Amino acid sequence: MLYFSKFRIISVILISLFFILIASSNLFKFENNLLNKKINLGLDLQGGSYLLLEIDNNPVIEQKIQNLSITIRNYFKDKNIRIKNLKILGQKLSFSVDENFKQTVLDTFNDKESELNPYYPRFKSHQLDIIEENNIFFVNYSTQGIVKLKTSSQDQALEIVRRRIDEIGTNEPNILKRGNDRILVELPGLDDPMRIKSLLGKTANLTFRFVTNNDQDSFGAEKLSYEDESEEDALVSKRIILSGDNLLDAQPRMDSETNETVVTFTLDRVGAKRFGKATSTGIGKQLAIVLDGKIISAPVIRDTIASGSGQISGGFTFQSATDLALLLRSGALPAPLNIIEERTVGPDLGQDSINAGMIALAIGFVLVIVFIFVKYKVFGLITNITLILNLFLLIGILTIFEATLTLPGIAGIILTVGMAVDANVLIFERIKEELKNEKNNLIAFDSGYTKSRTAILDANITTLLAAIILFFMGSGPIKGFSLTLGIGIFTTLFSVYFIARLLTVLYVYRNKEKEGLI
Amino acid sequence: MIAFNKYYNQFNILSISLVVISLFLLTFKGLNFGIDFKGGTLIELRSTDSKINVSSLRDNLNSMNLGDVSVKNFGNETDFLIKFEINNNKNIIEEIKSNLDKSFGNTFDFRRVENVGPKVSAELLKSGVIAIAVALTLMLIYIWIRFEWQFSLGAILALFHDVLVTLGLFSLLGLEINLSIIAAVLTIVGYSMNDTVVIFDRVRENLRKYSDIKIYDLTNISINETLSRTLITSITTLLALLSIFFFGGEILKGFSLAMIFGVIFGTYSSIYIANTVLVRLRVSQKTVLREDESS
Repeated sequence: MLYFSKFRIISVILISLFFILIASSNLFKFENNLLNKKINLGLDLQGGSYLLLEIDNNPVIEQKIQNLSITIRNYFKDKNIRIKNLKILGQKLSFSVDENFKQTVLDTFNDKESELNPYYPRFKSHQLDIIEENNIFFVNYSTQGIVKLKTSSQDQALEIVRRRIDEIGTNEPNILKRGNDRILVELPGLDDPMRIKSLLGKTANLTFRFVTNNDQDSFGAEKLSYEDESEEDALVSKRIILSGDNLLDAQPRMDSETNETVVTFTLDRVGAKRFGKATSTGIGKQLAIVLDGKIISAPVIRDTIASGSGQISGGFTFQSATDLALLLRSGALPAPLNIIEERTVGPDLGQDSINAGMIALAIGFVLVIVFIFVKYKVFGLITNITLILNLFLLIGILTIFEATLTLPGIAGIILTVGMAVDANVLIFERIKEELKNEKNNLIAFDSGYTKSRTAILDANITTLLAAIILFFMGSGPIKGFSLTLGIGIFTTLFSVYFIARLLTVLYVYRNKEKEGLI
Repeated sequence: MIAFNKYYNQFNILSISLVVISLFLLTFKGLNFGIDFKGGTLIELRSTDSKINVSSLRDNLNSMNLGDVSVKNFGNETDFLIKFEINNNKNIIEEIKSNLDKSFGNTFDFRRVENVGPKVSAELLKSGVIAIAVALTLMLIYIWIRFEWQFSLGAILALFHDVLVTLGLFSLLGLEINLSIIAAVLTIVGYSMNDTVVIFDRVRENLRKYSDIKIYDLTNISINETLSRTLITSITTLLALLSIFFFGGEILKGFSLAMIFGVIFGTYSSIYIANTVLVRLRVSQKTVLREDESS
C-alpha cells in the first residue's frame, strides 16, 4: 500500500491541479472553452419560479366523444345501418342498432384496418373500446387511446406554453414534459410570477358568435356572462363564426377616435371570407366575442367588414390588451392548465441563501480543520490538505458537468467536509493500533492502510446508497443535495487513497526511524 | 478501557422506552407536516416597517377567510412566515398582496411563495415514504450480503431506532416535516449504518482472532478500539452540522436539526443497540467461521 510509482505521483499532482483550475473557473473568466464552465445556481439560490402545470384532459375527451357521435352516425349511415338511441354519457357514448346489424357493428369496431377505430399494432390495442350490454353498445376511449390523446394534447400544450413564455421574454426558461399530462416550467430570475401565472392559466379559446334571443337556434344556444360583469348575461348561439385559429396576428392599439385601448387582429383568408359574409348578412345583430366562455364585448354590426381585420374593445387597460393580444397570437391551449405546484423565490432571498450557505461552509470548514490539526498534528495537516483538495475536486466535478447547485446542495458539501475526514481517521487510528505491536513504521503504516480498507468501503457504500435513492426519488432541491453528497463520496475516496496516502508515504519515508510518529 | 458493556441492560431499556414513546407520539400526536406533504400555501415576507408584528399581520389575514392561517416570525423580527391550507382561489397571492398593501402601505417584500396542490402533496408524501422504505431495504440487503444475519438484525434494529426516535422527537417538539427532513432522515440512515458497520467490522475481526473471549466482552473491546474514530467522526460531522444550523440560514434549520439528532442517536445506537443484539443472540466465533467456510 505504500508504494507509489513516479508515474502515479505525477498523475495525482496533475489531476489535482486540473481540478483546482476547473473549480476556479467559477470565479475567473477563462477564454478556453473547457474552462469556460460554471456551476448553475438552482432557482432557490438565484431566485425564480418553478411551476408544475397539469393538463385537464377531461374537456378534450368529452369534446372528442361528442365529435365521435357524429362520425359514428355518418359512418354507418353510409352503410345503411341506422344508429338508434345515440346518447353521450360524459366520456362514453351509447347506441343501439337492429339485431341483424349487431355483428357488422362489432366487426367494424374490431377490424384492424378500420378507419373508424384505428388500431395501434405496437400496443395491440384499438383507439376505442366497445362493449355490448342488453343490446346496447357502449363506446369509450381505450387505455391506449387515452394515452395517445394525452400525449398529443401535452405536445400541443407544451408548444403553446413555450410560445407564451417566449413572448414575454424571460431569460433561459426551462420547459419540460412530466409524465403524460404535466408540464414543468422553470423560470430563473423571474421576480413576479403573477403575470406568467395568469397567462398560463388561460386557455385563450376565442370565438365570434352571434347573440341570439331565440332558444330554438338550430345550433343550440347558451347563456354566457360578461367578463367584466358590466352587462346582464346574454344568450349566445353555439354556432361559431370565427375562432382563434383563424387569427394571423393580434396587437394592442390605442383607438384614436374613442381614446380606448383595443386589440386589433388580422384574419387569415378563410377567416376573412367568413367574417365578411357574417358581417354582411348580420347587419344590426350583436356579434359576441367570447374568450374562455366569457363575453368580452358584443358590438352591434354596422357595416360589412371585408378587409379581414378588425378590433376588439372591452374596457381594456394597456396591460390587459397587451396580454390578450399575446394570448391570441400564441394560440389556444388544447385543454385548460392548472398550476398544481408553485415555488417562487425572490432574488434577495436567493442571495441571502448563498451568503448564509457560504458562511456556514467557511465556518464549518475552519472548525473541522482546526479540530483535526489539534488532534493529529502533522497527519492532521495532511488530512486538511486532502480536505481542501477534496473540496476543489467536488466543485471541479460539479463544474465540469455544469451541475445545478441548490441550497440543500451546499448543505451536502458542508456535510461532506464533516464526513470526509472519517476515512483518514479510520486509517490513522488503525495505524496507531498497529504501532503498539509493530516497531517498524513502514510495516505499521502499510498494514494500517490494508486493514482499514473494508471498513472504509462499507461505510462509504452505505452513504452512497442513501444518496442514490435520494437522487432518484427526490425532486428539485433534494436532488441537488444527493448529487453533492454522492459525488462527495467519490472525491473523498480518491483524495484519501491517492492524495492523503501520497503525502503520508512521503512523510513516513523521511521519518522511518522516528518513534511515536502518529 | 471504558466498560460500555456494564450498561447494556439499562440502555436497552432506555432505547425500548424511547421507541415506545416515539411510536406513541407518532400515533397519537402525529407529525407536523408542512405544505410539501399536506398541501397549502407558504409565503415568506419581509417588511420594511419594524412596527408590524405577528399579531397585527395575523389579524389582517384572518379577515380574509383563508381558513386556518399560521403566522410566525422567521429568523428575525421583520421576516414573517405565513402558512394556510389549500385554497381554491387562483389569485389568492395577488389578493393577499393588495390587502396587505391597503392595510400597511407598500412595506412588504414577498421573498418566497410556495403553493402545493393536494395531488402533488399526496405524491410527494408517497414518494418520501417509498424513498425511506427503499433505503432501509437496500441497507438490509447490503448488510445481509456483507455480514451474518445476527449482524444484519442488529444494524437494522439500530436503524429503525434512529429513524423512529428522530421522528418521535420531531413529533414531540412539533417541528415541521418537509422534503428536506426526508433528505435528512435518509442521510441519517446512511450515517447510522456507516457507524454500525465500522464497529461490526471490528467485532467480526476480533471474533476470528480470539476464540476464548465471550461476545459480551468482545463487543466492549471492539467498541473501545474504534471509539476514538467514532468520536472524531461524530465531532467533525456535528461541527459541520452545527455550522449549518447556526449560520446556514432559516431554510436549512429543520434539516440540520434533524441531522444533528440523527448523528447523536446514530452514534449511540451503534454502541448500545447494534452490539447488544449480537450479545443477546449469543454470537460466537462459530458464527463467523461457519460463514467463512460456506463462502
